[in-house]
Amino acid sequence: MIMLFYLAAAIAVIATIAVVLQTNIVHGLLYLILSLLAVAVIFYVLGAPFAAVLEAIVYAGAIMVLFLFVIMMLNLGQHTQNQERTWLTPRGWIVPSIMAAVLLGQLLNVISGIDYEIEPTQVGVMEISALLFGPYVLAVELASILLLAGLVAAYHLAKTK
Amino acid sequence: MNLEIGSPLTVGLILFAVIITGALLITVERRLLGFWQERLGPNRVGWFGSLQVVADMIKIFTKEDWIPPFADRFSFVIAPGIIMSVVLLSFAVIPFAPNIGVIDSNIGVLFVLAMASLGAYSVMLGGLSSDNKYALLGSLRAAAQMVSYEVFMGISLLGVVALAGSFNLREIVEAQADGWYIIPQFIGFVIFLIAGVAESHRLPFDIPEAEQEICAGYHTEYSGMKFGMFFVAEYVGLVLISSLITVLFFGGWLGPTFLPPIIWFAIKAFGFIAFFILMRAAVPRPRYDQLMTYGWLFLLPLSLVNLLVTGVIILSTQ
Repeated sequence: MIMLFYLAAAIAVIATIAVVLQTNIVHGLLYLILSLLAVAVIFYVLGAPFAAVLEAIVYAGAIMVLFLFVIMMLNLGQHTQNQERTWLTPRGWIVPSIMAAVLLGQLLNVISGIDYEIEPTQVGVMEISALLFGPYVLAVELASILLLAGLVAAYHLAKTK
Repeated sequence: MNLEIGSPLTVGLILFAVIITGALLITVERRLLGFWQERLGPNRVGWFGSLQVVADMIKIFTKEDWIPPFADRFSFVIAPGIIMSVVLLSFAVIPFAPNIGVIDSNIGVLFVLAMASLGAYSVMLGGLSSDNKYALLGSLRAAAQMVSYEVFMGISLLGVVALAGSFNLREIVEAQADGWYIIPQFIGFVIFLIAGVAESHRLPFDIPEAEQEICAGYHTEYSGMKFGMFFVAEYVGLVLISSLITVLFFGGWLGPTFLPPIIWFAIKAFGFIAFFILMRAAVPRPRYDQLMTYGWLFLLPLSLVNLLVTGVIILSTQ
């Protein structure tokens, strides 16, 4: 189980780096999907199968599909790849690398004091539903109002065409 | 023969059976279509055309596997692999019989939905990477169709999940011991049936690959075994949808004890496969906008009302 965790974590990190480095937008998107699926595996290993499968359905299966849908209609060709290449210069790496190094140092400092024995407790669908419609019902309602607003806005935009 | 859930022998047998069924359906479908349309169908190779599938396979394996020079090689090559793997992975959670299955998962229904939504990438990437206008049109249609019908597919299943009180497909089958869910969830069944056909883009909802309008849609540029994978994956998807309907609405392996459970499962699933083939022979293809309007303005409200009514009934009988 712990090996699976490290494997998925390594895939997630490498795939996310590849998203940044990739100049072909469709390939970049595929790496992002891979990264999301790796995160879903991490959730599963840590005992949250519901979160894992939602990650796959919502992020990898719905949001990224819409991204790809938009890319398909934009008809981006070779010139965007060249543009990407000129944007990603070595100088641009300096400041983000320093900031990332600081964060990495802090992270290593924090996790060096932790006992690595993880004993995942399984959180089922029932427990999550009971929490969502119990203590967190206000958040659920607010999210649904936000979605309704989005729906009305989309309807309006499509109508005025 | 002692089979148990998740043993390598069981997993191997399931994989073998599913792929063989998918491949055999190529011939069975053509024979059945011929029967229903009062013509002969392929009957030359082997006994009543039973070896036609071998001839088809030899043809498909020996064809030139051509990658167009203008295509995006990476996406072009992985696209048929994605659909084949997600369809086969979905079979992991299907309970074929009390002792036959790959895993006994508490998120079975959701896993199937997740795999179905990942399947959309295959047709989208296939069409996009081909760099062909017909392929692009086909994959645009496919993407919109699959994303839309996923929604109703998911909501139509929630009635069953609420009645059984579980996302585990095995528990859903066991909960149907005193009555199949086809009776309390008839509307859910009809919506799932329609959404299932749209999701596997079979006729009459094969709008992404409508030959008369856009050549072969997203797989216009594919040939050889890469086309074969799209082709077989469609049939395996048909087996998957039929198995899911059997499990969710028709009591899975449950049936009178004079036949073993796996035979009951196979009979029910084959009944639905035959029904889907009959639908192909009988129902004309709708227009693309008709399909989308029908989905969003009719199926979505209907599935929500079905869920609401189911919820009210469950609460009032408790």
